[in-house]
Amino acid sequence: MPEPILTLSGVHTHIGQYHILQGVDLVVPRGGLTVLLGRNGAGKTTTLRTIMGLWKASHGSILFDGRDITRMSTPDIARAGIAYVPESMAVFSELTVRENLYLAARSGPLDGARVDWICGFFPALKKFWHYPAGNLSGGQKQMVAIARAIVEPRKLLLVDEPTKGLAPAIVQSLMMAFRELKDTSTTILLVEQNFNFVKSLGDSVGVMDDGRINHSGAMRDLAHDEALQQRLLGLSLDSHQ
Amino acid sequence: MSATLPVSQTTPDTALPAARRDILPLLLVPALALAVLPFISLPTWVTLTVAGLAMGMMIFIMASGLTLVFGLMSVLNFGHGAFVSVGAFSATMVLLPMRGWLEADSLPANLGVLGLAVLVAMLVTAVLGWAFERVVIMPVYGQHLKQILVTMGGMIVSEQLINVIWGADQIALPLPASLRGAIFLGDAAIEKYRLLAVVVGLAVFAAMFLTLNRTRIGLLIRAGVENGEMVEALGYRVRRLFVGVFAAGSALAGLGGVMWGLYKETLVASMGSEIMVMVFIVVIIGGLGSIEGCFIGALLMALLHNYAGFLAPKLNLVSNIVLMIAILMWRPAGLYSKGKL
Repeated sequence: MPEPILTLSGVHTHIGQYHILQGVDLVVPRGGLTVLLGRNGAGKTTTLRTIMGLWKASHGSILFDGRDITRMSTPDIARAGIAYVPESMAVFSELTVRENLYLAARSGPLDGARVDWICGFFPALKKFWHYPAGNLSGGQKQMVAIARAIVEPRKLLLVDEPTKGLAPAIVQSLMMAFRELKDTSTTILLVEQNFNFVKSLGDSVGVMDDGRINHSGAMRDLAHDEALQQRLLGLSLDSHQ
Repeated sequence: MSATLPVSQTTPDTALPAARRDILPLLLVPALALAVLPFISLPTWVTLTVAGLAMGMMIFIMASGLTLVFGLMSVLNFGHGAFVSVGAFSATMVLLPMRGWLEADSLPANLGVLGLAVLVAMLVTAVLGWAFERVVIMPVYGQHLKQILVTMGGMIVSEQLINVIWGADQIALPLPASLRGAIFLGDAAIEKYRLLAVVVGLAVFAAMFLTLNRTRIGLLIRAGVENGEMVEALGYRVRRLFVGVFAAGSALAGLGGVMWGLYKETLVASMGSEIMVMVFIVVIIGGLGSIEGCFIGALLMALLHNYAGFLAPKLNLVSNIVLMIAILMWRPAGLYSKGKL
């Protein structure tokens, strides 16, 4: 098994009076795609936001690439090599597609060849290059959000429910993008409820419930074990299959 | 993937043309100027128009900082006028001791000492703005009612401190020798200082427009307003950015204060609070956070003020309010909505 790039050990997160994460233990192997599954309210989004430093862990530790990032600020975590695509997409609606990507390219000007590579699986970005991102459809905004996260190489990509509410054709584009990203040795931690979308993409999987990881292992084991799926993901699968 | 391109050149072949700009508000300025032309002789019209443009530019310089702070940081800074006053009084620390340079019959000497005074004023107000943000504003972010109270309190304290430091009497601030008097275009007299105000106002507008639209820091400011959390997740420190914006806005108010003080040729501690009514009207009709709207709003208000003062002096008293009502009935969010340039 590859060495871990990210390790969460006993992570607790409180938001106000609510105790959301209640001791999350998660290992994300370097270079693969790890899927975080679970019903609504299980704590998946909170896990990503805690890794990103947007909500601070109240207990536990988060190690990324050998560094303890538990108490680091969000900008420092981003500069350590983690990119984040939130569930809301959070594109900058008044900035053009080009400007959204330009801001994400911290090291300087946009890399033309990399932009071409990204536009290869998101052609709509080319078409709307000079348009304010706020004028785009939901699927196109998702493309901008993912393109922004990968406009420069990052060590780890956190993606929160990218297929939510999108048309099947766009979901196919996203799947192609994630396959290509896997080939570039980018590590991806993908939160998703659409098991059909991730079962052929994922290398490893963690299943969350009530703020804890209650299963982790290889995705192929879960994909071939319907009883396990039913036990771990019963409600989620009913809504997606 | 090694070749890099500046973002302005990275344009995929199949890109649709950029969305068209909304230029309707911009057309209001020439439309207003041309609308009054039949009622005024040409030389008088030229004089009034240049005077209106100059006044508009000075108000724009003072208002531009406020609209950035108001629209981008969602801070209701009723103490903005304090930076106008402090800027003007700080300039006297250079202008009065170097009065000989001001009186010299040499344009470079006059502009040199004026430039130095402006630099000092902007530096002092930027530092004051930074301290004001740290001490007064920071505890009340997101609490608009408290912002109004503490910033008004801050302005009162600032005015009293001006009285303590520079005295309670008015300070005469004569124009540099080279900027006194007028030049003539035919029969139209145009005051030299007003021409300088127009040039400085245009330069400030161009600099702000280019900064907000063509630089990474400008894009970060606009993005940070919309979603500061996401900007942080991209690796940028939003807090530092906003403190910088506040200090820059304060420095612009200081610059505006120096120009307004020279325009009036007299300084009083309350000059900032007195001009704030006009500044707030400009910010509101321009659209909160919009530099372009602020620029057009300032020009419209100043031109209307001058034309009304000449054609119907009694109407001049209400011209600002009438303009604000008319524009808000047409566009309730102001000429340009938040953040658009």
